[in-house]
Formats: sequence, C-alpha cells, structure tokens
Amino acid sequence: MPAACVLVSLAAAALILLSRRSPRLRETWTLLAAFVKFGLVASLAHNVIQGKVVECRILSIASGLDLKLRADGLGIVFALVASSLWILTSFYSIGYIRGAGEKRATRYFASFAVCLSATMGIAFSANVLTFVLFYEMLTLATYPLVVHKQTPEAISAGRKYLVYTLSAGLCLFAATGWTYLSAGTLEFTAGGFLHEAFRNGAFGRGGILVLFALFMAGAGVKAGLMPLHSWLPSAMVAPTPVSALLHAVAVVKAGVFAAARFVGFVFGPDLLREIGAWQILAWVSVVTIVVASLIAMAQDNLKRRLAYSTIGHLAYIVLGAALLTPSSWTGSVLHLVNHATMKITLFFCAGAVYVTAHKEKISELNGIGRRMPVTMVAFAAASVGLAGIPPVNGFASKWYLAAGTLEAHRGFFLAMLLLSGLLNAAYLFPIVHAAFFKRSDEHTRVEEASLLMLIPLCLTALVSVALGIWPNLAFGFLGLAKGIAASVVGGGP
Amino acid sequence: MSDHVVVLIPLPLLVGGLVVALAGSFRRGLAYPLFLLALLSSTAASFAGLAKVLREGTIRYALGGWAPPIGIEYVLDPLSAFLAVVVTGVALLVGIYAKASTDHELPGRDVSFYGVASLLLAGLLGIVVTGDLFNLYVFLEISSLTAYALLASGDRHAPLASFRYVLMGTLSASLYLLGIGILYAQTGTLNMADMASRMDAVMALRSVRVAAVLIVTGIGIKMALFPLHLWLPDAYTHAASAVTGLIAPLMTKVMAYSLIRILFFVLGPAFVRDDLRLTPWIAWCSAAGILFGSVLAIAQRDLKRMLAYSSVSQVAYIGLGIGLASPLGFIGAALHVLNHALMKSTLFLVAGNIRYRFGPVPIPSFAGLGRKMPLTMAAFAVAAVSMVGLPPTAGFFSKWYLVLAGAEQKQWIFVAVILLSSLLNAVYFFRVLETSYLAKPVSAGPVPAFIGGGVDDGDDDGDPRPWREAPPGMLVPTLALGLGILIAGLANAAVVDGVLRRAVPPGF
Repeated sequence: MPAACVLVSLAAAALILLSRRSPRLRETWTLLAAFVKFGLVASLAHNVIQGKVVECRILSIASGLDLKLRADGLGIVFALVASSLWILTSFYSIGYIRGAGEKRATRYFASFAVCLSATMGIAFSANVLTFVLFYEMLTLATYPLVVHKQTPEAISAGRKYLVYTLSAGLCLFAATGWTYLSAGTLEFTAGGFLHEAFRNGAFGRGGILVLFALFMAGAGVKAGLMPLHSWLPSAMVAPTPVSALLHAVAVVKAGVFAAARFVGFVFGPDLLREIGAWQILAWVSVVTIVVASLIAMAQDNLKRRLAYSTIGHLAYIVLGAALLTPSSWTGSVLHLVNHATMKITLFFCAGAVYVTAHKEKISELNGIGRRMPVTMVAFAAASVGLAGIPPVNGFASKWYLAAGTLEAHRGFFLAMLLLSGLLNAAYLFPIVHAAFFKRSDEHTRVEEASLLMLIPLCLTALVSVALGIWPNLAFGFLGLAKGIAASVVGGGP
Repeated sequence: MSDHVVVLIPLPLLVGGLVVALAGSFRRGLAYPLFLLALLSSTAASFAGLAKVLREGTIRYALGGWAPPIGIEYVLDPLSAFLAVVVTGVALLVGIYAKASTDHELPGRDVSFYGVASLLLAGLLGIVVTGDLFNLYVFLEISSLTAYALLASGDRHAPLASFRYVLMGTLSASLYLLGIGILYAQTGTLNMADMASRMDAVMALRSVRVAAVLIVTGIGIKMALFPLHLWLPDAYTHAASAVTGLIAPLMTKVMAYSLIRILFFVLGPAFVRDDLRLTPWIAWCSAAGILFGSVLAIAQRDLKRMLAYSSVSQVAYIGLGIGLASPLGFIGAALHVLNHALMKSTLFLVAGNIRYRFGPVPIPSFAGLGRKMPLTMAAFAVAAVSMVGLPPTAGFFSKWYLVLAGAEQKQWIFVAVILLSSLLNAVYFFRVLETSYLAKPVSAGPVPAFIGGGVDDGDDDGDPRPWREAPPGMLVPTLALGLGILIAGLANAAVVDGVLRRAVPPGF
C-alpha cells in the first residue's frame, strides 16, 4: 500500500503528459490522483494509529539493499500533511493557472504530481538508500517548477536551486555509503542504529561528527538551515502554488523530515548526547530562527518575506528534533503539521492577491483587506498562529517546543523562541494592519479571487484554527506526535 | 547449445565483414541486411553464451581442437560473457540506427561502412572472448585498423584526427606487443590461464616488471586513460555520427576490459597491487582524468566534443574502479562499463539525431530543441541525469559502488573526486538541457538560432507544434538505449549479484 501511494501520482504524471491537449482532462487526472492518494494515506494512517506498521519490499535496489517502504508514525504524519494539502493545492492551482494565465500547464501539473510521488516516497522510506533515491527525485522534479516562468530570473534561481540541492544530495550520498560500510545496515530504526557501530570503533569521534555534518548538510539545504538557505528565497520566483505546497510544505518539509529521520532514526539520542552533536545542531537552528526572522522584517516582497519566515519556522522543527526530549519531539512533529497549514494559508493568500490585484509588494497592499476581506482574514488568522498566539495551532506546537527547551535545561533557547514569536508578530501583523486600516484608492476594482482559490485558503485557515483548539482532531496528530517522541527518545530524558 | 557458442560470438561478424563487402559490391542493397544479420547472430550467441555460463560455469574452447597452451583458447567466463552481451547489445541498436544515419552523412560509402564496422565489432568481440595474449593482439589490431578507417570518414578534419589516432594507436599496439614478447620469453606461454599460473615464479624479474608497465601503458592509450587520452577528443568530434555511436561507447570499454583481464587475471592482484603497486598509479591517474575530462567538457561549445571529453572522464571512473583493486572497485568498474556504454551510445545517437535535422549546431543554438525533438531530448535528459548520477538511473549505481569502494579503503580523496565530478557533470549537462528547454531563441547576435524559429510561446494547449524528430530508424534505437539506462539502473542489483559477483577476479 505505501507503494501505491507513491505510484498513484507517478501514473497521474504520465496521464497528464498524454493529455496535453485537453486542460479539462489534465485537471481531472490531477484531482483524481490527489483524492486517491489521500484515501490511501488515510487508510494507512488508520493502520498506524492502531499500532500496525505496514511494510513492503519492492525490489533489490543495490547489491544487498532493498527498495523498501514502511509506513510508521513519523512517515504517516508527513504523508498525511502532504497528501491532504495536495488536494487543496490542486484546486487552487487550477484556479491560479487560469487566473494568472500561466503557460505550460502540462509540464506544471506533471512535475507537481512527480513531486508528490517523491514526497510520499520520502515519507515512507524504510532505509537511507531508498530515502536518498526519492530525495533526489524530488530535487529533479522540482526543478521544472522553479524555472516555470522561464524568465532569466527564474533560470538563475533554477541554477542556484540545483547547485544547492545537488551538492546536498552528494553529501547525503557520501554519508549513506559511509554509513553502510561502517554499520552494515541502512534501516531506519527508532532510537538510531549507529550507536553500536560507534561503540565497536567503526568511527572515531571526529569521524562520526563529520558523518553527522554530512547528513545534516544533506538535510539542511532542503530544510533551509542557515547558512544553506539562500536558494529558498530565490526559488520564490516560481508560481505561487509551487511556493505554497513545495516551498512551504513538501520540499522544505522533506528537509526537516530528513533531519528528524537522521537525528532520531539513524544517530539516535544516546549517540548524539554522547558526542554532543545535538548542541551544534540546536545552536545552528536557534541562530537560524532569529536571523531569518530579522531578515524577514526587511523584505518588501511578500513572498520573500514568507520565505524567510519559512526558514525560521523550519528551524523550530529542527531545534525540536535536536533537543532530544519527549516534549521537544512532540512539538517538532506538531509543528511539521501546524506550520504546513498556516504557511500554506499565507502563500495561498499571497497568490490570491497576486492573481487579482497583481501586487507582490507589501508596500502596495494598503487597504486591500477592504476589497478582499475573506482572503485577508485568513491571512490574519495564520499570522496569529505563526506568532504562536492561541487559539491557532501554532500555539500548541510552540508550547511543546518551549517545554522541550526547559526539559533540556536550555533557558536561552526558550528566550530565543519567545523572541522569535515577537519577531513573527512584528513582520506579519503590519501586513494585516496595512491591509485593513490603511487607506488607498488603488484597489477599487479588485475583488476576491475565484472560488477555486478562495475555498482552499479558507479551509486551510479553518483547519489551522481547528487544530489549535482540538489538537487531536481528525487523525489525532497530538497522539501520533507523542507516540513518535516516545519511540525515539523514550519516556523521559 | 554446445561449447561452440564461444566461437560463434565473434565469427559471424568476422565472416560478415567479408561477405558484406563482397555482396555489397554486387548489390548495394544487400550490405545493410547482411550486416544486421551478422550482428544479430553474434548478439544471439552472446546472450546464449551468457545464459550458458551462468548456468554451467566457465566455458573453455580450444580453437580448431588444438589443446592449449599450444593452440588458441577462447574463454567465456562471467566477465567475458557479460562484456560480449554489452558489446553486441549496444552494437545491435547502433547498427539499426546506422542505416538512416549513414545514408545521410556518408552517402555512397555505406557498403564500406558496414563491412568495416563488422570487422571492428569482430575485433572487439575477439578481444573479449580470447584467452590468448597474442590472439588478443591480433584482434586489437583488427579493431584498431578498422577504427582508424571509420574515424577518418567524417568531416574535413576527420582524416587528420584519425591520423593522430593512428600514431598513438600504433605506439599503443607496439608497447603491448613488446610487453607480451617479454612475458613470453620469461614464461614460455601466451595462454592467459597458463601464464597466470607461472607468474609467481617470474614476478620478481625486472624484465617482467617492465613488461607489465609496457602492457598497461599500451592498453591505457587505447582506453584513453588520462593522460594518454590525447587522441580521443578530436577523433570523436569529427567522425560521422554512426561511427562515434559505435566506437565511443564500445572501444574504450573493451580496452578497459582487457586491462582488467590482464591486470587481475593474468598478472594477478598479488603482483600488480601488492608487489608492483601499479594499481594505485592507475587510480591516481584516473582521479586526475575524471576532473580533467569534466572541466574540459564544461568548456566545449560543440556537443560531440563535450561528449568526447566527458568520455575521458567517464573512462577514468572505470580506471578508478580498476585502480582500487578491490571487489567493490571491480564491481563499480564493470558495472560502469555497462552503464557508460548505454549512456554514451544514447548521447552520441542523440547528437546524431540533432545533426541529421539541423546540421552541426553549437550548443548555444539549441534553444527550442526540447520542443522540436521532444523524444530525442527526453532520451538525452535521461542519459544526462544518469551521467550526473542521480537515481534511479544507471549512473547513480556505478557511482554508489565506486564510492563504497573508495570509502572502504579510506581513500577519501577518490570519494571526493567522484562527488565533485558529479557536480561538474551537472554543470555541463544541465547547461544543454537548460538551453534546449528553457532558453528563448535569439535571432540576432553571434549565435545562429535556426533551431528555434519562434519556438516557445509556452502554449501547449493548442495545435501540435511541428515536430522535427529524427526518422524512426534513428529515433527508436535512441529511445531503446535511453530506456536501457533506466532498466540498467533498476536492475543493477540483478546484474551485480547475478553476474559481476561471480566474475570477481581470484586473489582479491
């Protein structure tokens, strides 16, 4: 069944390519695949919640290694987020492509479908080599989307994207080979599998730190960890749905997911505490959180500001993983979900504004809330959430992350987390303020975007609020998160 | 099938070379079908041979019933059977392709092309199956002489490029001959297995050491192992498309095979690796060659020339695997023989397709190609991704085994070189992809943009664009090879576990 989740959208990509002449058919395939995929993931999730782990071996991918998929807790959370938001993004994309008159829609939808396949593969990979396989596939499939507009700016963003992600892939590739030689296995195991190899002297202390650095460089580029982040703001030249799903949800989340996998399922808490590597990662994350928020404040381009905000929030997740305490892991997994719903709302709003009002700069948004009240209310709700204010879901994840910093006895990190909340408010609320309370005569003929775009963004905003009030709504994300945390770091520090 | 299958691998093409030339001089139209027939027979024999070897083990065949070491012995073991399948498989597809391509590029010379190409392939297959060092020299000369002739049949510069190759190639053959002469004098045999059993006794002799270096240098030239690659870029650039399609993927690979054969099966790892320490030299030269080839490939404006330099770099991957002299290194090298044969043939056939429609255009004029030749460029994209080494294509997996081999011996520099080279490959291959798919054709300026012609208005919903794909006879083999890259990637575990692990030289 995990294999079917991967294959559904690959098949859809092929069908989309074949129906290049008929936009209707193309959209039908996209939507059909999105729903089928979500159905499959949801039924898998049902198994996982009941404690069953679904595994499948597909083929022997390299001598001694299998291409193997397994739906465990962490994987299913990521798959649920990506597949459910893909449905909304599909509707939104259709509206956006029509509204903005984007060309080359076949390539767009096909690449999107392949990206989703790769994301599912990443979520369900049972070993590091399978993971690398899908991780690289994601890199490749995202490239056409980044360069979609084919302007010189887009092409140079595409180059930058490739240089960063391919280099990251190579770090990961080297790390994978090294791990395989030293540990003899690549199977993800909750709590890590490298500890034994380290005890047996397969690595020196320096060696294992280099290995950790290689893994984290591999994950960190996609996760936008500073100083490896600079492709992400550039990649914002892509059409907004791409930024929304890929650069707020799938690709960057694949990066943080990778970080969580490597921290919790390759190295494991015992080993990372022993070599002290968790502190390095935690510090990098904290610096990223603060610096990204500060840079975000200086951006006038709406999508770039959101991109830096994404960088900051991704670092929350990495920080949570690095702290290696039950609460921090719970917070981390929750934030994986919550940040996705909030950030996609913001990007959907930005796209709606771009399609209807053709505005990309924050300074041009004065008074737009009067013309597009629904859109901007959704924007406001998500902003509140990102700042970590109840009742939106950002509060819940931040609460657990904060608890995690205390469990790890790092008061300074807590302070930085709170500071970041303030900074979030400082770069998001002025937009809302300008939209509703400043006056401008510019937007007199602007109205709400088409329902295809409006409904998805309302839904994601509503989900954000709902998950804030009932964190166990739908699939019981809080329960799942606690389960994952317990499996990785055990009951208590 | 009996053991005759061994000799049936090179024989149809050897006979075919004469028959094609004779029949073709009576009736032109006969040349191509006869050529294909010979190629098909050899291919069938190769596959049957591989199946038989995997089922029953190594086949030793005494030619003409003369028992070795007096007579010449042909040996089909897992390694040579694997190579024979690679050579005939790729050659068959390129052979099919050759029809439309030679009609276009070598009008009136097709009969001689088919005749000479048969002999070339017979030579290559002979090198693969022979178990005799002098017989190997004979086949080496057959394949070299035919290759000189084929490479000379291209554009204006081709004869000169080929002449340089003649000089280098002659030097190479002489070094090899000198080397085996010395070995024969010291061991009294030319049979490979026989000589291997006598190596222990003579390996301390200075003359034997010199012989080993001479042989490796000689083969290194023909294999284009850096820094002995100087003949290659010009020769590949100026030859006709079908010729490069045949020679580029196969010739250097077969020479890599004979290097493996002589180093590890005749001279033995104990001698070349532990005593003479020749393999580290090969590894270091290869590492330098990997980077050198990649960097020079970046600097090229002509697609075929870029591919030629990329060949220098890719052959060095194989050299690196050989130089590491470990089971994993061997597997990486042998797997890369297959993978690179598939990739390079695809790429050169793509270059041929482009040339067929648009003439010799430089890379900066490729704008719009992605829409004019979508299928050809799709094959190119697959091959390019494989050259960069991204999964699930074949290139990823040869890289995987080579990196494992490097890391196993803690040769971090080699690991770094392989990774760095992937990035360099990405630079020059993505540049081509970017130009063909994304760039807008410019009509003015130093770059003629005659591929484009108002290409990309971004509208893929309306009526079909006027495709200008290559004719089916060229397109289908190109796509088949492109598909082969994907299959070789996904099935690499079967190849490695089923064939290559059984071919690992003794003594590793």
